[in-house]
Amino acid sequence: MSEMKKIKNLKEFSTSADRFEGANLLCPGCAHSIIVREILNATNDDLILSASTGCLEVCTAVYPYTSWDASWIHIGFENGSTAVAGAEAMHKALKRKGRLKQPDREPKFVSFAGDGASYDIGFQWISGCMERGHNIMHVVLDNEVYANTGGQRSSSTPIGSSATTSPAGRISYGEKKNKKDMLSIMAAHQVPYVAQVAPNKWKDMVKKIQHGLAVDGPVFINAMSACTTEWKFDPKDTMSISDLATDSLVFPLYEIIDGHELNITYRPKNIVPVEEYLAAQGRFKHLFKDEYKYLIKEWQERIDAQWAYLQRREEARV
Amino acid sequence: MAFDKMELRDIEVWDGNFAAAQALRQCQIDVVAAYPITPSTPIVEGYAKFLADGYVEGEFVMVESEHAAMSGCIGASAAGGRVATATSSQGLALMSETLYQASGMRLPIILNLVNRALASPLNVNGDHSDMYMVRDSGWIQFDAYNPQEAYDLNFIAFKVAEDHDIRLPAIVNQDGFMTSHTAQGVKTLSDDVAYGFVGEFKPMNDMLDLDHPVTHGVQTEEDWHFEHKARQHRDLMTKVIPKIEAVFDEFEKLSGRKYNIVEKYDMDDADVAVVCLGTSVETAREVAKEMRENGIKAGVVGIRVLRPFPFMQIAEALKDVKAIAALDRSSPNGAAGMLFNEIAGALYNTGSKALLSGYVYGLGGRDLTKTHLRDLYKELQANADAGKVTTQLQQFIGVRGPKLAFL
Repeated sequence: MSEMKKIKNLKEFSTSADRFEGANLLCPGCAHSIIVREILNATNDDLILSASTGCLEVCTAVYPYTSWDASWIHIGFENGSTAVAGAEAMHKALKRKGRLKQPDREPKFVSFAGDGASYDIGFQWISGCMERGHNIMHVVLDNEVYANTGGQRSSSTPIGSSATTSPAGRISYGEKKNKKDMLSIMAAHQVPYVAQVAPNKWKDMVKKIQHGLAVDGPVFINAMSACTTEWKFDPKDTMSISDLATDSLVFPLYEIIDGHELNITYRPKNIVPVEEYLAAQGRFKHLFKDEYKYLIKEWQERIDAQWAYLQRREEARV
Repeated sequence: MAFDKMELRDIEVWDGNFAAAQALRQCQIDVVAAYPITPSTPIVEGYAKFLADGYVEGEFVMVESEHAAMSGCIGASAAGGRVATATSSQGLALMSETLYQASGMRLPIILNLVNRALASPLNVNGDHSDMYMVRDSGWIQFDAYNPQEAYDLNFIAFKVAEDHDIRLPAIVNQDGFMTSHTAQGVKTLSDDVAYGFVGEFKPMNDMLDLDHPVTHGVQTEEDWHFEHKARQHRDLMTKVIPKIEAVFDEFEKLSGRKYNIVEKYDMDDADVAVVCLGTSVETAREVAKEMRENGIKAGVVGIRVLRPFPFMQIAEALKDVKAIAALDRSSPNGAAGMLFNEIAGALYNTGSKALLSGYVYGLGGRDLTKTHLRDLYKELQANADAGKVTTQLQQFIGVRGPKLAFL
């Protein structure tokens, strides 16, 4: 295992040499680029990366340009995890055969994919990689919608959200199903590490990424990625929206080790009502009509119940 | 080579699947990512057993689907090593999306495709519908007619695909069950000689060269996509056939076994000829010999390389014949047969006056019998004598019920 990168403060962190260039085509205010920079800056390890088809992919590798100063591959929408697993297998084979060009360096293998490419179309590939125990990290840039194709619902889209294929309308409040619990599903694969992260909690992010890259075996990271275009907020508000998400516990930060040991890694000093998080985004605007206000109450009850459940599991240490 | 060598007899009795597995072992594949499907499964089972017994040193990734198999192969190949897999039929259909991605990224992966019918109805037996389905995917396609060729063509495929001027993936086809499960005497190469022929893998733009990061699988739109596709096509059309011919020559020097882009049998003075591929080539040769004893100057043209399609070699082989039958082992599903169309295209501007008719045969593993071929040659002779096609252009042969003929 290589030495973990020591990071003293945000200034030093944010000015680290870039392996992901600011020169890319992502929307102003997109959390994807912030998360990717945080992950790449969290480590000095050599990285072999993949991206599934999605916003990150189409905005960072448009021939003849690339935003990546680390080896990177894109195949399709669903199979970025398996692409990186294939590269990891080749690394093992060449290491055994003594054919690595830099045998003294141990690269880490990371795949990036959106919630569509992870929760939905790429689900099987990720499950396969987790089950087989590849030494890879799969990172979901979870913006809770198919943003790259213009805002269709995914199985990560939360209830009451207005998406283009589950729009709010005269007789509908939008998305009818609640968000798929990917962290529990991935933890059930009994992998060494799964965690949920958010870009506004950068120290927590760095800690989890460093831990994830250090463990031997598959790692699953779900990163909340606020989407200015589809969540409908001002690009300057990405971090304040992210703060509302973590402080309202809509997006709780925790980790699960070896499939069972759950640790909550961030406890807001002042828990913000869910209403404030919803009110800050255009995708939930219709919920504030009189006839749908009961949904906001249900949101709060669901979040409270989830938080209570996470605390029970943490306490039980099982 | 650090792996344990295997002592082979000069001739081993192998079926096509095991012959391919032995070739993969001798090429010392670095990564195999695979998912089982009849009738190709024994190829990767064979590789797994060689690995378990210490005869290879690579990594075997037993993935959860054929799509993932090719996805893993692409990642592994981009990382810079020798990569292979095997599949058939529905498996190929599932991985077909990734075949275009592998060729677009110029990754020299070898796929052993054991040909089988595509459902529905579900059928596990051999026909060429899977081979034809991916013919425009940018992969080089070789065709083996028997286990010996399934063995030899793997070495040839690696040497062509991995050449730095080519860098394209390649398929080695063999007929499901008829080749894959039929044991024959196979002349072997020793491990040293075989590995010496294919050589050590030489990476190019590999992701594991940590000092030189590369970006694979970029996005292009109308500004660059056409250039990429056109240049890939240019390399297929202009570089691959000469390279294959050179490697065929090298292989002949090594083994004494001569391969050709198209395999001509009794074509020097033939009046009538059958064009086909797979196991039917050998049956057609037997019948052609018999027809000659009965006064019909019959010949056979076997397709050895389906992609890039050898227009010039086909035209040359058929330049003097009077009547030709194109045999397609795939349902044309609303068209003339694939080979019918491509042979017509190859001949159209050559001044050839040959009469061309198409025959659809052997779907889902149905036998192509000598009787079918005798009747077919007689029809060709009748066409040649009459100076016109005396039947409908397209006939289904060997199918139960009323005669099916079209066009």
